[in-house]
Amino acid sequence: MNTKVSIAGVEFKNPVMTASGTFGSGMEYSEFVDLNRLGAVVTKGVANVPWEGNPTPRVAETYGGMLNAIGLQNPGIDVLIERDLPFLKKYDTRIIVNVCGKTVEDYLEVVERLGDTEADMLEINVSCPNVKEGAIAFGQKADSLFAITSALKKKAKQPIIMKLSPNVTDITEMARAAEAAGADALSMINTLTGMKIDVHRRKFVLANRTGGLSGPAVKPVAVRMVYQTAQAVKIPIIGMGGIANAEDALEFLLAGATAVAVGAMNFVNPYTTAEVVEGIERYMEKYGIEDIHSLIGSVE
Amino acid sequence: MGQKKKIKTKVISQKKIADKIYDMWMEADLAETAKAGQFLCIYPHNESTLLPRPISICEADRENGRLRIVYRVAGKGTEELSGYHADRSIEILGNLGNGFPLEAADGKRVLLMGGGIGIPPMLQLAKDLRQEGKAAEVTVIAGYRDSQLFLKEDMEKYARVYVATEDGSVGTKGNVMDVMEEHGLSADVIMACGPMPMLRAIKRYAGEHGTEAYISLEERMACGVGACLGCVCRTVEKDAHSHVNNARICTDGPVFPAKDVDI
Repeated sequence: MNTKVSIAGVEFKNPVMTASGTFGSGMEYSEFVDLNRLGAVVTKGVANVPWEGNPTPRVAETYGGMLNAIGLQNPGIDVLIERDLPFLKKYDTRIIVNVCGKTVEDYLEVVERLGDTEADMLEINVSCPNVKEGAIAFGQKADSLFAITSALKKKAKQPIIMKLSPNVTDITEMARAAEAAGADALSMINTLTGMKIDVHRRKFVLANRTGGLSGPAVKPVAVRMVYQTAQAVKIPIIGMGGIANAEDALEFLLAGATAVAVGAMNFVNPYTTAEVVEGIERYMEKYGIEDIHSLIGSVE
Repeated sequence: MGQKKKIKTKVISQKKIADKIYDMWMEADLAETAKAGQFLCIYPHNESTLLPRPISICEADRENGRLRIVYRVAGKGTEELSGYHADRSIEILGNLGNGFPLEAADGKRVLLMGGGIGIPPMLQLAKDLRQEGKAAEVTVIAGYRDSQLFLKEDMEKYARVYVATEDGSVGTKGNVMDVMEEHGLSADVIMACGPMPMLRAIKRYAGEHGTEAYISLEERMACGVGACLGCVCRTVEKDAHSHVNNARICTDGPVFPAKDVDI
């Protein structure tokens, strides 16, 4: 049975990854999951300098999902290189570093610093809905997305994955812009912008007022967007949005994703990633599927 | 490593002990290593409630592998929990966070202050300080809304307990700080859990009197294990893990030296 997939020349032992921001840099969840079982660990977004993030409350539960407005708190690229990458390197899994910034220069600085590290790929966060500057500003207009992708491609030593926002009129337009600018792959979807109000206190639940919706509630939207995008571009897609088990992950593969990432459900069940890996293997066995590639995009 | 785990276990017993306050014992070998001040994440079965409910450990029966929680029904998740009867399965993740530092009480006069639903962790803390710790003296001040003095008798097995009630029906009318004033109490070390205004008052008192104080904070959480950065608190110095002035309540806390946090 072959579960290996390849994205931009980087081979993954299986298509199961962690969604950025839900798995720290792997350390916290290594108490629950053997990281060697995962296709890749995708780190929490990192900027050129430490970011404080937003005030609390930063998270709120919603029906079948959650809102978060962490605001990309991160310790900065120095700490990631000195502390987190050496930790991840101890495991036989691929390392994908998620990169955030406020300006194009910020992103370029981080991407350049990562050039000589053991990061296998870089995922560019141009879609976080919870920070005022940068991030999503680059991900909601096709021409800005094209510009930042081109600039990053010129500097990046590793293949780059552009992480797309679902908060757009036509996600395929964004996907095409990223592909035209040379992106090696796409991650989708980032969270959907949402809001929750406490009616008893008549106040916003999140200090940031709005937050990003994730969890099972968003899965049908994510599967649809992955399917549409897979029809529109040739570069590989890493699909995510509410994956709780192997069946959910298989939906994304059938819709056209080459790999998948588990996000909010890590919080609900810290063993989710490993269970998805095992569940995909059981599914392939059950249906006599020799190669996972025969599943990718095979929905009829 | 491997100290934290998510287990499916069962409820031993549950009863209502005050308005909206429930007292549940469950089977859990996690009890063997549980420390006073640590908490559990409890997962409601209703799938529309995605996130676990962080609830502090009230008592740990380490010999028999049983954990006790005393919690207030505050929403959909705790409402569900309150309906669990004996033998009902329950999913928990534990033991989370760092507990109160027992060693800080060695040879000292310790004052435990609990307000409302911050009272439950004071029971195990009083028990540990009395049975394992080397504190010179352990006193509890518990602040309640009214005359429903849950856990008071349990705590009296291990310490002298003073009571404050908001409505003045029992003990001192007012809050835990009013009890200190009325009875002229002082301490070398304070350990506390309760609502933010109470913790702020304790931090201020400790600063003014040069008293060592440890306070347990709470915040809306998602993962409970330090990955999501949802439940941070402001810190006076840059935090060693985050490299900004934020510490993770779930992992770096929930108990912090009062002087280290900006609340």
